[in-house]
Amino acid sequence: MNRQVAIIGVGWSGYHSISPDLSYKELMFEAATKAYADAGIDPRNDVDGFVTTAEDMHEGTSIFDEYVPDQLGAVQRPVHTIAGDGLHGLAAAYMQIASGLMDIVVLEAHSKASNILTLSYITAFAMDPILNRPLQAHPYFIAGMEMNRFMAETGTTVEECAYVSAKNKRNAMLNPLAAFPAHIGPDEVLLSEPVAEPLTRLQIAPHADGAIVFVLADDQTAQDLSDTPIWIRGLGWCNDTPSLESRPWGYPAYAELAAEMAYRTAGIRSPRMEIDFAEIDDTFAFKELQHLEALGLCDRGQAGVWTTTGGTELTGEFPVNPSGGCLGCGQLLDASGLARALEVVLQLRGQSGKRQLGNVTTGLAFAWRGVPTTAGAAAILASER
Amino acid sequence: MRRVAIVGAGMTRFVRRAQETGKELAWEASSKALESCDQTLSDIDCVVVGTAPEAFDGVHMKGEYLSDGSGAWRKPLMRGYVGGGTGVFAPLQGWYHIASGLFDTCLVVCEEKMSSCQPHPQGAFLTIFDNMTERQLQPNLLWIFALEMNAYMSRYGLSKRDIALVSVKNKRNAALHPAALLGDANITVDDVLASETLAWPVQRLDVSPVTDGAVALVLAAEPVARRITDSPVWIEGVGWNLDTAYWTNRDLSYPTYVEEAARMAYKMAGITEPRKQIHIAEPYDPFDYKELHHLEGLMLFDKGQAPEATALGITQRDGDLPVCPSGGLLGVGNPIAAAGLMKVAELFWQLRGEAGARQIPGNPRRGVAQAWGDLMQVGTVIVVGL
Repeated sequence: MNRQVAIIGVGWSGYHSISPDLSYKELMFEAATKAYADAGIDPRNDVDGFVTTAEDMHEGTSIFDEYVPDQLGAVQRPVHTIAGDGLHGLAAAYMQIASGLMDIVVLEAHSKASNILTLSYITAFAMDPILNRPLQAHPYFIAGMEMNRFMAETGTTVEECAYVSAKNKRNAMLNPLAAFPAHIGPDEVLLSEPVAEPLTRLQIAPHADGAIVFVLADDQTAQDLSDTPIWIRGLGWCNDTPSLESRPWGYPAYAELAAEMAYRTAGIRSPRMEIDFAEIDDTFAFKELQHLEALGLCDRGQAGVWTTTGGTELTGEFPVNPSGGCLGCGQLLDASGLARALEVVLQLRGQSGKRQLGNVTTGLAFAWRGVPTTAGAAAILASER
Repeated sequence: MRRVAIVGAGMTRFVRRAQETGKELAWEASSKALESCDQTLSDIDCVVVGTAPEAFDGVHMKGEYLSDGSGAWRKPLMRGYVGGGTGVFAPLQGWYHIASGLFDTCLVVCEEKMSSCQPHPQGAFLTIFDNMTERQLQPNLLWIFALEMNAYMSRYGLSKRDIALVSVKNKRNAALHPAALLGDANITVDDVLASETLAWPVQRLDVSPVTDGAVALVLAAEPVARRITDSPVWIEGVGWNLDTAYWTNRDLSYPTYVEEAARMAYKMAGITEPRKQIHIAEPYDPFDYKELHHLEGLMLFDKGQAPEATALGITQRDGDLPVCPSGGLLGVGNPIAAAGLMKVAELFWQLRGEAGARQIPGNPRRGVAQAWGDLMQVGTVIVVGL
């Protein structure tokens, strides 16, 4: 990679299962204020550009980018919105700095999922209007079918998937941001009501509200402003096909390809050796296992055993989702991947409190945009260059 | 800074109601852009998609939906948007993909299918307003742009006739554009002034039509661009700027955000005297007064002077500063995001001398394209040159 870029400030609001007392603008304002204070910058003078991530139908407003500048201090500045995950936004902000066009860029992503009364109907509007929408199926059927195919191809068991839910909700008990922490065992996960066989309710990350803001800066500025810059060492993102009919149902090729690009840009050859921990999309419990394998962090079919034998626990050899992941923190719509990256930043800075991992210098964040998409994005962050 | 060039361009016909799906329109434009520079998808490192808003065709996560039609199968895909400014923003986004050093080539695809919004796509615009303070009034775009047009006319004492000249010029220019929806070589000012009133002072022929269409560009880093073509068109300057969402608190007679975006792009391009250094302009013209408004925001004419320049013929295809030789949105059509990218494609063809019957005289070497959108709020500017 060319010009180096670091994260020099982070801020957040949330996460909450509901937030009737706050508008999305207030969530964004709180997160932005914290991030600017953390970075020691004045948004009206110091920031060259702003990036937000949002999807119109999650916001209930068409061309939602209209409503982002005021509460970020971004009026009459270069601002644009990415219809992607927060990690796609991170890539957009990174590229603006790496190109030499800008020195400091602010990134924002948020979720106000509790405002959406009929989220599953909204998600159904992402299905092909001609070929798939007439089926009138709840979009979770896709996740159920993918899970079935994944288990059939790899020999992974439903108990192993349930273990992921239990682990992540337990990790979330140590995270004050988390909206859905719980002390439960895999049995309770399996006994919760079926949603789309073999998926049960507690294997699905519930949605939460929240906002996250990052401040990014180039090499020189980062060293001037921050004692603990977190470097963006690698980035990758990729789409597989949007078509339900022609995608590989058991294997997330999007994750493999996104990781391949991230490892290439970071110069990483053996990810398991060179990365200390990971925050990985676990919107559905089986996705954590499926993504671990596709990201090259363990062999195919091995993620389940690795998880149940404790390898990915907080105390394990390779902690996965120490924050509690989406299952424990809540699924934050277009901010979900940025929440993963936030935890990586906090861990690398040594600011993760009771869930702090020892001796971590490099972490991976991975986002998936959820059903019915095949869009993945990965970021490799490090406390040293 | 790493140099980035446009090396290929393609577009579909702009039509009132396309038989094709959005995916198919995106595929057609992408294929034509790739064919125009003898490239295939295997030569493309990443894809940028522009389209907005989603309410037109009711597809959620529309970038994901369009991804395969746009050639992004198993490739990095990113969709950015700034409302109506998206069409010129998309190539800026393609620029930073390559300038960052992450990629060498980028396919930029903009698609809009407005006709699937029934009974009229203006309905989709009911949902762009603030859901607390404005939406209850059920305003639409014609309504708020009529306010802006009034503010501009009264500030400078302009008549409807002064402004209708823009519509006449652009629709006549479009008569020579093979992809145009509303080209008319014989239209007159009186036709515009006699057309149906929509929201005073806006009449039907002051406004661009509802349109379906797609446009695509191929961008490449310097060494790759030189291998692909002998006449790359370089992206010399990029700029964008978003103003407050509280549009009711602004002076609507001047687009400050366009000026800020233009200053950013001119600075990067090393342009100090835009009136001398820019030879062709494609400002955003969804309404006829907007071309005048934007020419002033781009600092190509003094405030309030663009109408007189238009009356004097300076902005005609054979004038001193040809403006919208493509025919613009008023003539070629306005499939929102695709319309903005059409303007950049027009500069590409004009600078390479490939604009056929529309070719402006005098071997132009540098041009500017600009788009505008949201709540009269965003300016996006690109400067390209040989």
